[in-house]
Amino acid sequence: MGFENFGTVSFTAAAKAADFMTHLEAGKVMTTRCRNCGASYFPPKADCPACLSSDVDWFEIKGQGKLNTYTIVNYGPTGFENDAPYILALGEFEGGIQVLARLSRDIKPDDIKVGMSLALSPVKLPDNRVAYEFNKV
Amino acid sequence: MAEVAIVGVGQSVFSRDCGVSIRELSFEAFKEAMEGLDITTGDIDASIICSAPEYDKQRSPAGLISEYLELTPKPSFYVETVCSSSSTGLRIAWSLVKAGLHKVVAVIGFQKMSELSSRDAAERMGRGADIIWESPFGLTMPAGYAMYARAHMAKYGTTEEHLAKVRVKNSHYGAANPKATYRKELGLEDILNSEVITSPLKKFDCCANADGASCIIVARGDVAKGITQVPVWIIGLGAATDTMTMAGRKSLTGLECAKEAGKQAYKMAGLKPQDIDVAEVHDCFTVSEILAYEDLGFAKPGEGVGLIEDKQTYADGKIPVNVDGGLLSKGHPIGATGGSQVRTIVRQLRRQATEAQVKGAEVGLVHNIGGIGQYGNVTILRR
Repeated sequence: MGFENFGTVSFTAAAKAADFMTHLEAGKVMTTRCRNCGASYFPPKADCPACLSSDVDWFEIKGQGKLNTYTIVNYGPTGFENDAPYILALGEFEGGIQVLARLSRDIKPDDIKVGMSLALSPVKLPDNRVAYEFNKV
Repeated sequence: MAEVAIVGVGQSVFSRDCGVSIRELSFEAFKEAMEGLDITTGDIDASIICSAPEYDKQRSPAGLISEYLELTPKPSFYVETVCSSSSTGLRIAWSLVKAGLHKVVAVIGFQKMSELSSRDAAERMGRGADIIWESPFGLTMPAGYAMYARAHMAKYGTTEEHLAKVRVKNSHYGAANPKATYRKELGLEDILNSEVITSPLKKFDCCANADGASCIIVARGDVAKGITQVPVWIIGLGAATDTMTMAGRKSLTGLECAKEAGKQAYKMAGLKPQDIDVAEVHDCFTVSEILAYEDLGFAKPGEGVGLIEDKQTYADGKIPVNVDGGLLSKGHPIGATGGSQVRTIVRQLRRQATEAQVKGAEVGLVHNIGGIGQYGNVTILRR
């Protein structure tokens, strides 16, 4: 399995980092840490540019994050027309890991505040597609 | 004395739908750049063709444009850093001349965005993000900048009205620019009441997709003096990158690539921000101009809005910015934009500006950004 079912529209499938999708299907949003030098990355990297190793471990992005910024997108590009309006956001989690994802539709636009607490969790989309999203804590 | 000069600049009219081919658009820019120069096409030793390929129908446009302009058999090649492609082209032209490989180099940028529908163009822009990790969420260029705007508002208290004032200024000058797509003056209310595209950015906070071409002719210093009466010297060049992903950004209230490119360009020129007499900055969105004020050191972080509030970036202000209307008025034909910005500064330094001439301008700066701050380019010119 590659990235063919990731997000609303995926543009490419095969990648060494596709283990991410196996973890996501199992309910975990994970990223990589180099087994050789300990450098960690998000988005995940199957290779470590710091020490040139390709021996990486996966660890879960857990805990409470905070909302760094967001935008309510009213004009969706081709492939996303039916999604709009949707809310894109950057959230920051333990270890300074910053993640781009959508805010859950359960959060009302009036309740969104930069700095608010967030959780990150996998989400099922129509047509057997999967992604992750930010939820209210 | 600097050793590489710009001898000619040109651009086509920028428009929503030009109704001609990319070769013909490029000719229009090339012709204006060559006007009044004591050289012919045969004297051009190499050409660098700049555009963002995702919008092009033509594969390998360097060969096509080279043939149409009769630049064959001289070398020609293609460069891309999305919206800053022609600034990158200028940087390479400088190094080719400086290295002694060529004496005269043409940098031609173009984009015919009307080849695609607006939604398809937005999809191509979306793929200018990381296609595995971020494009699948529906990230677009306006959305990326909107997130910078929101973060700037949250940290510094910047308002939608502050942003709108940038458009008020740029539309004022754009109304006098015969090459601009939008030549209508806009009031604060027009902008604040326009539809929300991606909050907090509204329709008039955004530049328009456009068709257009630009051309810069670069020459070795000794040769330049024989080609034109008024060479404009390239005295500072800076280029930097930031992460492709939004997730990787360390700051959401400024563009790190612009700060770094600016630092390099000032250092090379031996100048400080206060030495700049006139600037063209990459106002793809109103917020981008505010970020540029701060990233280039025209204002301290968080104080950029003060410059527009006090009208210090108008033609008679402390640091005139985008007094040709900017991308917001001219439109943004991706590969042509950097060359158009350079053209404006060269015309300012030659006292040939038609929209608004900044009095006594000796040193000008061009700030040209690719993508959502992935590529930063700053160029400093002196007459």
